[in-house]
Amino acid sequence: MFVINCPYCGEREQSEFKAGGEAHIIRPKQPTELSDDEWAEYLFMRKNIKGVQFERWNHAHGCRKWFNVVRDTSNDAIKAVYKMGEKPPTY
Amino acid sequence: MTKNLRVKTSKFIDETYKISFKFNRTTYYGYKGDTLASALLANDVHLVGRSFKYHRPRGIMTAGSEEPNAIVQLHNNSARTEPNVRATEIEIYEGLEASSQNCWPSVNFDIGGINNFLSPVLPAGFYYKTFMWPASFWEKYEYFIRKSAGLGKSPTEPDPDIYEHKYIHCDVLVVGAGIAGILAAKTAAKNGFKTLLLDEKSYLGGSTIYQNIENHKINNQISNSWLEKEINEIKKLKNLEIKVRTSVAAFHGYNFLLARENLTDHLPLDQRKNKTRHRLLKIRAKKVIMATGSLERPLIFDNNDRPGILLSSAIEKYANLFGVACGEKGVLFTNNDSGYETAISLFQKGINIEAIIDNRENIDSKLIKEIEKNNIKVFKGYTVVNTSGYKRINNVSIMQLSKDGQKVVGPKLSIACDYLGISGGWTPAVHLFTQSGGKLKFRDEDQVFIPNIYSSDQISIGSCNGDFTLDEILSSIPNKLKEFLDLKKSDYDDLEVQSSFNKSKRNIWLLPSDKVIGKTKPFVDYQNDATAKDIKLALREGFRSIEHVKRYTTTGMGTDQGKLGNMHALGIISETAGSKMGELGTTTFRPPYTPLTFGTIVGRNVGEYFDIFRKTPIHEWHVQNKAEFENVGQWKRAWYYPKNGESMHNAVQRESKAARDSAGILDASTLGKIDIQGTDASEFLNRVYTNAWSKLAIGRCRYGLMLNEDGMVYDDGVTTRLDENHYIMTTTTGGAATVLGKLEDYLQTEWPELDVYLTSVTDHYATISVCGPNSKKIVSQVIPDLDFSDKSFPHMSFKNAKIDKIKCRVMRISFTGEQSYEINVQANYGKSVWEKCMEIGKEFNITPYGTETMHLLRAEKGFIIVGQDTDATMTPIDLQMDWIVSKKKYDFIGKRSLYRSDTIKEDRKQLVGLLTENPDEVLEEGAQIVADIKKSPIEMLGHVTSSYYSPNLKKSIALGVVRGGKNMIGHKLIIPMENKNINVTVADPVFLDKENKRINA
Repeated sequence: MFVINCPYCGEREQSEFKAGGEAHIIRPKQPTELSDDEWAEYLFMRKNIKGVQFERWNHAHGCRKWFNVVRDTSNDAIKAVYKMGEKPPTY
Repeated sequence: MTKNLRVKTSKFIDETYKISFKFNRTTYYGYKGDTLASALLANDVHLVGRSFKYHRPRGIMTAGSEEPNAIVQLHNNSARTEPNVRATEIEIYEGLEASSQNCWPSVNFDIGGINNFLSPVLPAGFYYKTFMWPASFWEKYEYFIRKSAGLGKSPTEPDPDIYEHKYIHCDVLVVGAGIAGILAAKTAAKNGFKTLLLDEKSYLGGSTIYQNIENHKINNQISNSWLEKEINEIKKLKNLEIKVRTSVAAFHGYNFLLARENLTDHLPLDQRKNKTRHRLLKIRAKKVIMATGSLERPLIFDNNDRPGILLSSAIEKYANLFGVACGEKGVLFTNNDSGYETAISLFQKGINIEAIIDNRENIDSKLIKEIEKNNIKVFKGYTVVNTSGYKRINNVSIMQLSKDGQKVVGPKLSIACDYLGISGGWTPAVHLFTQSGGKLKFRDEDQVFIPNIYSSDQISIGSCNGDFTLDEILSSIPNKLKEFLDLKKSDYDDLEVQSSFNKSKRNIWLLPSDKVIGKTKPFVDYQNDATAKDIKLALREGFRSIEHVKRYTTTGMGTDQGKLGNMHALGIISETAGSKMGELGTTTFRPPYTPLTFGTIVGRNVGEYFDIFRKTPIHEWHVQNKAEFENVGQWKRAWYYPKNGESMHNAVQRESKAARDSAGILDASTLGKIDIQGTDASEFLNRVYTNAWSKLAIGRCRYGLMLNEDGMVYDDGVTTRLDENHYIMTTTTGGAATVLGKLEDYLQTEWPELDVYLTSVTDHYATISVCGPNSKKIVSQVIPDLDFSDKSFPHMSFKNAKIDKIKCRVMRISFTGEQSYEINVQANYGKSVWEKCMEIGKEFNITPYGTETMHLLRAEKGFIIVGQDTDATMTPIDLQMDWIVSKKKYDFIGKRSLYRSDTIKEDRKQLVGLLTENPDEVLEEGAQIVADIKKSPIEMLGHVTSSYYSPNLKKSIALGVVRGGKNMIGHKLIIPMENKNINVTVADPVFLDKENKRINA
């Protein structure tokens, strides 16, 4: 169980949060113009990295805000936390 | 007659406090401070159980939580009985009753003992190999295998004890209160860290506190008296919390640890009432200091499992701490100096030792000299090759080891004894360290795994870090602590330590024998009866990975998790396979370190506290009117209201009929309600629902279907436009929280430009739904000021109104297909408005109905229930709800997915109605639907999702999903059941009032 530093509330137990999958997958603005393959790319394809991964998290049992987390999936070390819309740090 | 082997008073035992207890129905006596094991040994009882597979007699082997053999069944009451309790841990109390496990009829005469003689035909993998053929016989084998599986018996009644969970936050957590832990805790607490010190035993000080050896001195005092003063000092520290009888079960990431604090198991039964038995501590520590010590290794030779064979350190502990001799004629077998420490302790207590067998050849140390001075025979360069004595060891056979340690040479000597101490050196207790994600390294010179890379802010100190001798421990600790806690100096910088322990060890994982291995039984895992022979067999059969060998031979898979023998298993594998031990790795150490009771894990979350349950504001009325309840998500919903002992079927038939014939009333307060406000509210609804919302007039309601991005139906409900920029959305009862979460997700992450605010108001309103042909008459009396004429208040519209002074929102919407009104009032008025409706409705036979009738009524009308008729694989098209999917809207959630190659397939499962040939035959929900029962295997076309007997249509009706069902109206299909085949006809899913005459009436 790790501790997440919510950018709005501060450090809280992981159990207060809900994971939201890979971050920075943008919903296509014009889905109707996409082929099945292109739409499937958006809909289904997710990375599952052993190492540094960019993820969405929601402080579900707190402020209910969504934000991004950079986490090393091999040891759960959280490298960075930043708000939606902010520029992702480089790793 | 049993002997008394209590040898000399020990200050840890209160001999003025005598305690009687029963073991295998015989009464024995011990003293306060005894464990069950020490008290049994004092009574000369070694035989305490039978082994798992061969039912070999087994005795007490250790003096701690690593015990593999002495696991007993505690209590004989059907609620509190507990299997697999380690006799070496449980402290005796007045009234204790324990018995042996895995034996019948008794531990002394066990029928299963025949397995020992059958052992040549019971090798590793016996069950896998034997019971494979023929495959269809498995069902027959299984019964017998299950019967013989497992140790001990589970309680058959609910646990009456109290358990709880507690969170603890601290700066420094010290695990283990041996000498290293004591020093660490004192240093941390004295330097301002809020410190927590835990130990699984009942006393502090580890093994140092009871070892009284002249040669081990700290600042010129014998180590135990020096440590005693330190312990007395730390007890006064304000910053330090000490918990004994507290075993750390798990060490997770980010320094999150779980520990079990045992509060009452050592108390006499009459002092336990109303007290918490175990407490699960959930500890979040900024820094963790592991001082978990080390476990002594056994030695692996033929018949090394007989009662009377104990770890040498256990014999020492029984003598020093409990004042108990393990027998009258002792032999010690060692490969390092620890055996001599034991010998000195025994000698001091006047306990006889016949001989010491040391597998090292040219060895000398102060400790050995002292032993030899006392005329104890030391056999250097020898090994034990066999033992004898069925229920108690009576003899050891020894032979000289060859130079390379691979063979035995020379004549076989025999020494009579009644106990044998074995010491194979020490294994650091790194279990918790590795659980936390730490990586080990293998130290070749003494063949141990020690902590190498830490995964969090923690250190390991003392013997769990591979520092085994007193001088090593005390010289390394001060600097480690200073660095870890960022201190300039510590109290222990100038300790003077004197220790005469010679560090040499002759490590031989599997000792040689004069017999071929096939004829020997060198046990590696005592609890699961795995021998070195089994491990070698596994390797011969091609297993290479340590994880596979473990599972095939079951080595390390008992309740003790192989704390004693796992290292030897690894050693034997690497030797046999010719690989290097460090490269082989270890098996994974998993929590819990020692078994936890289920009570500890669940804490207070049992019975009515298992989960919270939500009640509507009208709940009390339902209870008073004898409703049966159904769980819907966390809600308790009225299911049906049986009258005069009615069956559920009869109640539902009556309620359904009344709702269509006159009037019914439903508590719909559980439906999710989301208040939506903002200038972009209409646009937002356009994007989340499949249909169009921009043109919905103020005061009107609309049904909406919400999809996932994959096009599958996610939720549905009616949304009402209260004002220009103000809507109220209803969701399914179970979906309320996830729908709000999903909408928030889109708002915050995809469409932050939209000016929309969402608020959950589910709990703020009570919703009362009155339906039926007389509903209008009733509600117009409940709210006399409101114009209920169809012109002013048509179907799918909304009005603000007042009942007396209570503000309410009235929606004319229907889930039953009847004319229907939903009155929403502030939650605390819910019950009074409900009662008012009941009072006024009396003359119309207003009938309260529950969820079951609601389901039946909507099924008659062909309305779906998301989650019952859909299962995340159904698109609106599959549901024959094409009408609700806007063709004009450019985009909404899931739109693009509705014309993926897969979702446009004609032969998808589609929702249809099903009518049985026999109108009285009601289908089972979940039943399979097929077309042809002659073909094998039978092709499954779909399944029944909803099924009822309709009292209004006087026939059985059902909804189901059928492959390509949309084009099969009128087709005959079959529902094969266990003892019959039911013929059905595919029908339109709307069974009643397709023209909506009733709703608009």
